[in-house]
Amino acid sequence: MVNIIWVFLFLTGFIFAAVTGNMEAVNEAVFSGAKEAVVICIGLISVLTFWLGIMKIAENAGLLNMVSRLMYPVISKLFPDIPKGHPALGYIVSNMTANMFGLGNAATPMGIKAMKELKKLNNDKDEASRSMITLLAVNTASITLIPTTVIALRIEYDSAAPTEIVMTTILATACSTLGAILIDRYFYYKRMNKGRGIY
Amino acid sequence: MSWITTISVWLIPSLILTILLVATWKRVPSYESFVDGAKEGVNMSFSIVPYLVGMLVSIKVFRESGAMGFFIDLFKPLFSFFYIPAEILPLAMIRPLSGTGALGMTSDLIGTYGPDSFIGRLASTMQGSTDTTFYVLTVYFGAVGIKKMGDALKVGLSADVIGIVASIIIVSLVFL
Repeated sequence: MVNIIWVFLFLTGFIFAAVTGNMEAVNEAVFSGAKEAVVICIGLISVLTFWLGIMKIAENAGLLNMVSRLMYPVISKLFPDIPKGHPALGYIVSNMTANMFGLGNAATPMGIKAMKELKKLNNDKDEASRSMITLLAVNTASITLIPTTVIALRIEYDSAAPTEIVMTTILATACSTLGAILIDRYFYYKRMNKGRGIY
Repeated sequence: MSWITTISVWLIPSLILTILLVATWKRVPSYESFVDGAKEGVNMSFSIVPYLVGMLVSIKVFRESGAMGFFIDLFKPLFSFFYIPAEILPLAMIRPLSGTGALGMTSDLIGTYGPDSFIGRLASTMQGSTDTTFYVLTVYFGAVGIKKMGDALKVGLSADVIGIVASIIIVSLVFL
């Protein structure tokens, strides 16, 4: 999918340039684009390095665990199919906490571990279970507290207030997470009704 | 709605302060922990380089050739009917498909229109508020060998649409 889009952007770009006579600008775009990308990545180092350092302190001080424990009762309600005290729930909570603090790299392994446990619960079928779909939905909506990368980008382009979008991001992400949960429930009950019709 | 921007500005300093105070109270070696975690940040930034170079070059070619302007003009009447800037369309379309693509598009939008413009703020909020559905789907289901995805894709994409619409509404309310 990404491959097709990537090639499409180049192809239509070249065709358009050939038709409109913009080839010179396209030539420049190839090299200035590459340069800009590297400059952005260098700019990202500062914020990502600092933030991941701070989050390591939070982890070592047991703060992430504390947040996980606070979220546990709420999250267990989102996954009614998982038995109480099952390790899958622990992984799910850590996955969501890591996501909240913008630690994507820490969140993914936890999410995969959770999926493995959920698969065991589902008798190793190659079909997505109800809890798996819910976990996926929550992850795609990914509730964020601090959008680190975006802040770094805004600093890179000399924003007067790089962090002014933090609260709008939190509100938007809350909407998409809530929406994901509701839609997930809707599809679940739709499946249940259909099931009753067949059996 | 100035209180929302006030919270935005206060959130990060108070979070850092809380973390440092709790760490000191629990006798955690703050500075050493910091350095330990920070190393990961350096690696992470460098690992993005190849993805972003690839994406940003293709997006730049698409924009500079006039192709992006053509598509934006095509959808402008429809979008302006809903008070949505059509410039945001390419980002909204690539967001669920590719994380680095979206990052490239966001930086292109912020660079072209300025970080403190309406489009710049909208792009920032959109980029931060949803994750790449196809990536999450591939990684999480791929790792454990799930072949029948059920309603997962539908749910994920609907969440993306909600995130995009919510971003537009919230940014309009706060900054316009």
